[in-house]
Amino acid sequence: MIASLRKQVLLPAGAVVLALLVGAVALVASSPLVKGYVDLFLPLATYVALVQGSLLSINGLVDTIVNATPLILVGLAVGLGFKAGLFNIGGQGQFLMGAVASAAAGAALSQSSPVIAIPLALLAGMAAGALYGFIPGFLKAFTGAHEVVTTIMLNYVAIYVVAYLITGPLRQAGASFAVSPDVGAARLPAILNVGTGHVGHVGILIPLLVVPAMWWLLYRSTIGFEIRTVGANPDAALYAGMRPRRLVVLALTLGGVLAGLAGAVEILGVSGNMPAAYSTNIGFDAITVALLGRANPVGIVFGGLLLGAMRAGAPLMETVADVPRQMVDVLQGIILFFLAADVVVRRVFRIRAAGVGVDELQTVTRSYGGQTTPP
Amino acid sequence: MGFPFDIPVLGLIFQLVAYSVLVVTSNSTIILALATPIALGAMCGMMNERSGVVNIGIEGMMLASAFTGWYVASLVGQAVHADPSFFFGATPAIVIGVLAALLTGLLFSAVHAWLSISVRADQIISGTIINIVAFGVTGYLNILISKHSPETGGKFVPFAPPEALIDIPVVGWIFRMFLQQGPITMSVIVLAIVLQILLLRSRWGLRTRAVGEHPKAAETVGIDVIRLRYRNVILGGLFAGLAGAWFTLDYGNSFQPGMTNGRGFIALAALIFGRWHPIGAVAASLLFASALSLGTAIRTTPPIGDLGSILGSIPEQVFAALPYVVTIVVLAGVVGRSVPPAAVGRPYKRESTA
Repeated sequence: MIASLRKQVLLPAGAVVLALLVGAVALVASSPLVKGYVDLFLPLATYVALVQGSLLSINGLVDTIVNATPLILVGLAVGLGFKAGLFNIGGQGQFLMGAVASAAAGAALSQSSPVIAIPLALLAGMAAGALYGFIPGFLKAFTGAHEVVTTIMLNYVAIYVVAYLITGPLRQAGASFAVSPDVGAARLPAILNVGTGHVGHVGILIPLLVVPAMWWLLYRSTIGFEIRTVGANPDAALYAGMRPRRLVVLALTLGGVLAGLAGAVEILGVSGNMPAAYSTNIGFDAITVALLGRANPVGIVFGGLLLGAMRAGAPLMETVADVPRQMVDVLQGIILFFLAADVVVRRVFRIRAAGVGVDELQTVTRSYGGQTTPP
Repeated sequence: MGFPFDIPVLGLIFQLVAYSVLVVTSNSTIILALATPIALGAMCGMMNERSGVVNIGIEGMMLASAFTGWYVASLVGQAVHADPSFFFGATPAIVIGVLAALLTGLLFSAVHAWLSISVRADQIISGTIINIVAFGVTGYLNILISKHSPETGGKFVPFAPPEALIDIPVVGWIFRMFLQQGPITMSVIVLAIVLQILLLRSRWGLRTRAVGEHPKAAETVGIDVIRLRYRNVILGGLFAGLAGAWFTLDYGNSFQPGMTNGRGFIALAALIFGRWHPIGAVAASLLFASALSLGTAIRTTPPIGDLGSILGSIPEQVFAALPYVVTIVVLAGVVGRSVPPAAVGRPYKRESTA
């Protein structure tokens, strides 16, 4: 148990450490553009600001947890796909559809009681996400269109659906820019209020319910066993009497539910309404989270907290160290690089653990080559 | 309007077909231009997938190349002042910018080659990393650079074919389509034909196809699978680099974060639709580019009559989403009948290196 835990933790941790080192080099290299001269201490200032803004203050901690919540939920969606041998890049689209559906439901129910409005608005988000996850699942299972391309295309379509709905039927009358009406009663109540505008809404408790549920589903339920079998070997799953097509649809639809829930939580808990130009990078962030956690629900919590902290620290990094918040995207890309190029991490830290990758990923790429429907 | 157009519904369909033909012929120049990055991206994908490597990082490669091409041209343009030359208005800045874009494509594809061939990492993850890194790095540097408000390095000027040629009735638009273009767009057709011949008729093409279909068999007849895959994947980056240069040095002269907008992924669909052939991929990209320009056409020059009022009442976002929807529909409809190289996505491991 301890040995396997070490294996689970060492490589991701090593990847993060190496990424911070490479990120430091990148920061020094870009310091002439930031400061006008080569600043060898820029990495230090940047990382200190990142940590201060995310972990070393109450506000930062609240922001970290609030940011981590949707990352964990969409990370679970991506991780579930990995387990089923699917690469769900559509987290962003499913998130946006969930967000806009909950914004619409929240706006419609804004005058009713929170007891009715909150569950219904959350359900609306989950239903919209489910539908948006079902589409690529169905296409994959019955036409063979690979989910990598279809989910990315659906992400772009979702952006235009949101733009249409919020500039059109959902637009708040009289607002100076296109934004949906306030969700009113559907707003998630604050449970962590430190009085400085940094509010922890009740939605941050949702992962506490969803993560154990996902763990149970994956490792203790029949469906989870079937999903993992399909991911490891679709032919064997068919031979054992499972139905790979149905499981593919199920895994992507369930992922859509989680991502849609994340979108709903963001709208109902954080912003309270949805602007037409709502932009998010959550689809790709969630891939990093899922890979950091090696598709394991518990690992995904830590991945989500790490990325949530990086996002929470970014504003302070921007003001104190003058480093644009896009640096977090760069760091995230480098972390992913070292997660994939684990040979480098092994060599640098002399880790001899073997076979700790997300094994089902082989199925993902093979199915791309096959471009065929599952058996 | 005359007889077929007067019948309800059916008449509307006739009108739509007639309008589409009009749009395609009058917008043929812009359609070929818009097809350029998709076609070049598909050629990059072909180089990869024909030799057995999946590359979904084309989008990121294009974006990074678009950025370096633009920024290098801007830097050189500030240092070296030169008048536009007779050759498509090229200046040293633009030419060096294109070279920088090509180099960026090579660099990123070398990373992809290393990750997917030597490390044998998951190839789709590797491509995703390239996309995320390219998006992050270009976004970060763009913020830093735009603080200094850099001057544009300029862009290629489209060739101006003789008026007499364009004005020829019925076929004039074809000349305009192919000749009233910048050099990168013009090169697409040539590159596709050359690549098609090389792929199907040359020794390199035969070996590439062998490695993509059955690497083990290829190795037994003396083909170095690893080396050929490396070479093809890295060279494929040139096409993605050229596509990137198109964004900032041929079609436009500025950079915006995320400006590739999914073209690299549409290129993958074009590759599948074109059945892994360069010329087929160009034809498929023309279809996607037509979908891209239809929305613009309806907004700028809407059709008259009933059709116009119907199309005018459809929200503009529907047309903006059209190319992406077309990609999904095409993919769903065509995939079952389009057979990819058999070894795509499978890392190759030699049985013995002794």
